[in-house]
Amino acid sequence: MEHGFRSDLPIYSQLVQRLRQDIVSGALPPGTRLNSVRDLAADAGVNPNTMQRALQELERDELVYTQRTSGRFVTEDVTIIARSRALIAKEEIRSFLAAMHLLGYQRQEIYQLLQEEKEEQE
Amino acid sequence: MSGILECRGLCKRYGAMAALDDINLSIEPGRVVGLLGPNGSGKTTLIKLCNGLLTPTSGELLILGERPGALTKAVVSYLPDRVTLPEWMSARQIMDFYADFYADFQRDKAKDMLTRFGLNEQMKIKQMSKGMREKLQLILTMSREASLYLLDEPIGGVDPATRDYILETIIRNYNPEAAVIISTHLIADVEAALDEVIFINNGHIVLQSAVDTIRDEHGKSVDAYFREVFKC
Repeated sequence: MEHGFRSDLPIYSQLVQRLRQDIVSGALPPGTRLNSVRDLAADAGVNPNTMQRALQELERDELVYTQRTSGRFVTEDVTIIARSRALIAKEEIRSFLAAMHLLGYQRQEIYQLLQEEKEEQE
Repeated sequence: MSGILECRGLCKRYGAMAALDDINLSIEPGRVVGLLGPNGSGKTTLIKLCNGLLTPTSGELLILGERPGALTKAVVSYLPDRVTLPEWMSARQIMDFYADFYADFQRDKAKDMLTRFGLNEQMKIKQMSKGMREKLQLILTMSREASLYLLDEPIGGVDPATRDYILETIIRNYNPEAAVIISTHLIADVEAALDEVIFINNGHIVLQSAVDTIRDEHGKSVDAYFREVFKC
């Protein structure tokens, strides 16, 4: 059982974030059958109705679909996954830039720092 | 209304002191509800009214449309806030006892949980540690196919690993037809497992709300919000 929920956000939206991340990173590959709501809830240490709500949100985003008799699956449509991944990446970059601006860095300096970091790693 | 538990104008007085005053609430099937409040706020009184250990001074309390009595005891599974198991019995004997008393007792489920909790059914209760007794009592309570589970401080005296396991057990036993009421003051530990919370103070309901609604509206956990509401 895993804890570590942030206290300032609803639990269901944090579950959506986690599951979405697992899908776009490939930890849950396209077409994977998901465990039952109850098992997913027990593993995450959350209320089953909260988990259900998170899965419904992923269904609305078409990252997950339900097959009436056989359960819930990760979408096989890789373009939907790629689109979601690009969206998350964009959000991450924006929040990184916002944090750097708070430190007083201008855009040009940030690009330079990134370049330096890249060269260091190479 | 078709709640599992309905309270209307429920009062419980001890002489001049009102332990519960004009309680109105409804608990729907499929809900896991946290009953939260400081010590002496009326949590245990409410639970004891639900299982018929106390009778209301006035007002009404209905479980599936019935006043607490023999009919409701068959569908209510109660975990007291202290261990009440007879010391001379073994785990196996207490399971026999439960099977005799409760038609909805699932022995296979109980045995399975005993194994998972690392308890031996030959062991006598007097040989068990406090933590083991609490686990056994929880297993017995959760092994019934009840409509209403009343858990009074289920995670009070156990270590954090056991606490996780107890919560997981409650979640794995989730039944959309049944409701679970968990009274506790260890809010942070149970928060994620709950649908909704009831804040109770001085015998009054201060708030009944969904966990994620509180987080959404106040931008803080139920635990943090509770500390704010009940600031000393």
